[in-house]
Amino acid sequence: MWEYSEKVQEHFFNPRNAGALSDANATGEVGSISCGDALRLMLKVDPESERILDASFQTFGCGSAIASSSALTEIIKGKTLDEALKVSNQDIADYLDGLPPEKMHCSVMGREALEAAVANYRGEEWKDDHEEGALICKCFAIDAVMIEDTVRANNLSTVQDVINYTKAGGGCAACHEGIEEILAKVLAERGESFKPAQATSPVAASGKLSTLERVKRIQQVIEEVRPTLQRDRGDIELVDIDGKTIYVSMKGACAGCQMEALTLQGVQQKMMEALGEFVKLVPVRATTPAGACVTPGA
Amino acid sequence: MNPIYLDNNATTRVDPSVVEAMLPYFTEQFGNPSSLHSFGNKVGMALKKARQQVQALIGAEHDSEIIFTSCGTESDSTAILSALRAQPERRELITTTVEHPAILSLCQHLEKEGYTVHYLKVDGKGRLDLTEYAKLLSDKVAIVSVMWANNETGTLFPVEKMAEMANAKGVMFHTDAVQAVGKVPMDLKSGKIDMLSISGHKLHAPKGIGVLYLRRGARFRPLLRGGHQERGRRAGTENSASIVALGAACEQALSHMAYENTEVRALRDRLEQGILAQVPNAFVTGDPDNRLPNTCNIAFEYIEGEAILLLLNKQGIAASSGSACTSGSLEPSHVMRAMGIPYTAAHGTVRFSLSRYNTAEEIDRVIAAVPPIVAQLRKLSPYWGENGPVENPEQAFAPVYA
Repeated sequence: MWEYSEKVQEHFFNPRNAGALSDANATGEVGSISCGDALRLMLKVDPESERILDASFQTFGCGSAIASSSALTEIIKGKTLDEALKVSNQDIADYLDGLPPEKMHCSVMGREALEAAVANYRGEEWKDDHEEGALICKCFAIDAVMIEDTVRANNLSTVQDVINYTKAGGGCAACHEGIEEILAKVLAERGESFKPAQATSPVAASGKLSTLERVKRIQQVIEEVRPTLQRDRGDIELVDIDGKTIYVSMKGACAGCQMEALTLQGVQQKMMEALGEFVKLVPVRATTPAGACVTPGA
Repeated sequence: MNPIYLDNNATTRVDPSVVEAMLPYFTEQFGNPSSLHSFGNKVGMALKKARQQVQALIGAEHDSEIIFTSCGTESDSTAILSALRAQPERRELITTTVEHPAILSLCQHLEKEGYTVHYLKVDGKGRLDLTEYAKLLSDKVAIVSVMWANNETGTLFPVEKMAEMANAKGVMFHTDAVQAVGKVPMDLKSGKIDMLSISGHKLHAPKGIGVLYLRRGARFRPLLRGGHQERGRRAGTENSASIVALGAACEQALSHMAYENTEVRALRDRLEQGILAQVPNAFVTGDPDNRLPNTCNIAFEYIEGEAILLLLNKQGIAASSGSACTSGSLEPSHVMRAMGIPYTAAHGTVRFSLSRYNTAEEIDRVIAAVPPIVAQLRKLSPYWGENGPVENPEQAFAPVYA
């Protein structure tokens, strides 16, 4: 089944702040349509300072939904409402040492409960602004609605476009059938028909490349992937080339990201296609980040 | 404490004597049964024996009606695709809404290719409406595929009768019987079922071996071509060790058929009654009067199945759930949805599936473990109050769904 981190298990087996909060003055109730889980977040907010004095939850949901709820209450206790609103779903997942890609929506539900509770305190009406669909890309946790919307908004027509715009399909590639189906559907609406791209991988170089040509191609691959990573506030830099080992530096959000291993794998694959030989991509960093990388999709 | 395995509809333990029977076929009797020399022909004889053991379990008329495959899914695909290829003018299929994905995914794929699939609905207890079925049978239908027993609830479908109805209209009938074989006595020779799928690992044989029963005379087109194995109906070198194992497992299943339907059934009933007597707001799903002797599926209202399983697992108890989170796809069980089980209950369904290896002590341990787990999770549930569900649960807690 799922591979839950120790921390997720710990928060599930011993949830913090569970149960009703009798003197709560802010409540957020949200559910996740994709799996039917639902959460009620209750806050006791100090009217003077808007500081969250106490928080508790009631959750109808799976192990990671309960753990995410527990983590959320721990994170936001003691924060002011404005500070609490800066907590992202990724923060909740990070607090738990990561969640399986299929379960990231549990952290999203936590973040939404927080927004709903704050809105409730401030007398506003909270409306959800996104819709979740069936999970298509398990490597990067991208759902069908997200892919379909992106295809529509940007007039995309190939699987490669979808990878470039959403990252979906850029990992193990097992979901390409699902992506093609979405493309075929949206293209049909536009009155076009889906044509599978001609062999997507560039013709691998036959024969040996000159050292200069080889370096150029390596640089070119790096430049090609940078915009995708930059969209997620990350980046990659070429550090050194030593025979078949290519050293790169992961920057910004990519550094220590749970998906780093997969990102590297994807870049390495592109590199091998461009060079027509086996190469190994090795990340260099000053110190290893504390949170060890989790292999996604395991 | 020894772990307790109550997930036998997912897969079963290979019986040690079955393992013993298969082992010589890796290192000693490793020959290719097609070979002329002595390494091969002994294996050929072992396969013949295994074929007869399978034949005896399902009551087939001829041993040549047994085709060994790699798994239940392969048998299902072979059966349906064969019927379509053999009768290209027939473009319709009939199945049910509660089939295993091995059938449902294939049918959905066939729909994309232009076939029409009729999905028979079920009622609140998971039962079919045979009048609806009778109306759909026509010379446009290539094949009917209906499971013998449901993997989630254990509910039995009247496949023998349905096969007769199909036969009377000249329509082929296939049944995915992977859950039923070994638990339900069968006598295929006296009925009208044309094709039937078996999966080895559901009856204490290894994974990676299955059977397609194909009635003599039924029109057939192989899925895999390439060799004369299985009389040209399933090419590929025989998985001899696993075939021998499946034969041995079938023989044991036949000799335990009575035990399964008395002792195992009694344990299942004891478990079910023990839990229901202690846990409020819980009920059995499916058709309790007409189901497999080893299966019980209980819906625990207002809590979620994965959470229950994790807590059971902590105590060494293995079961499974129809909740969205345990399906791997985040879709709640299509079987529960088809029966119209309310969301707050479908989410909390737990399937206990027993085998002849379970003991009364184990069952008593599970009966003791379940109530506190349910109570613990209900304490966290927004639908649950001090001593029971909150008043009007659906109104009292109405989250914004995103």
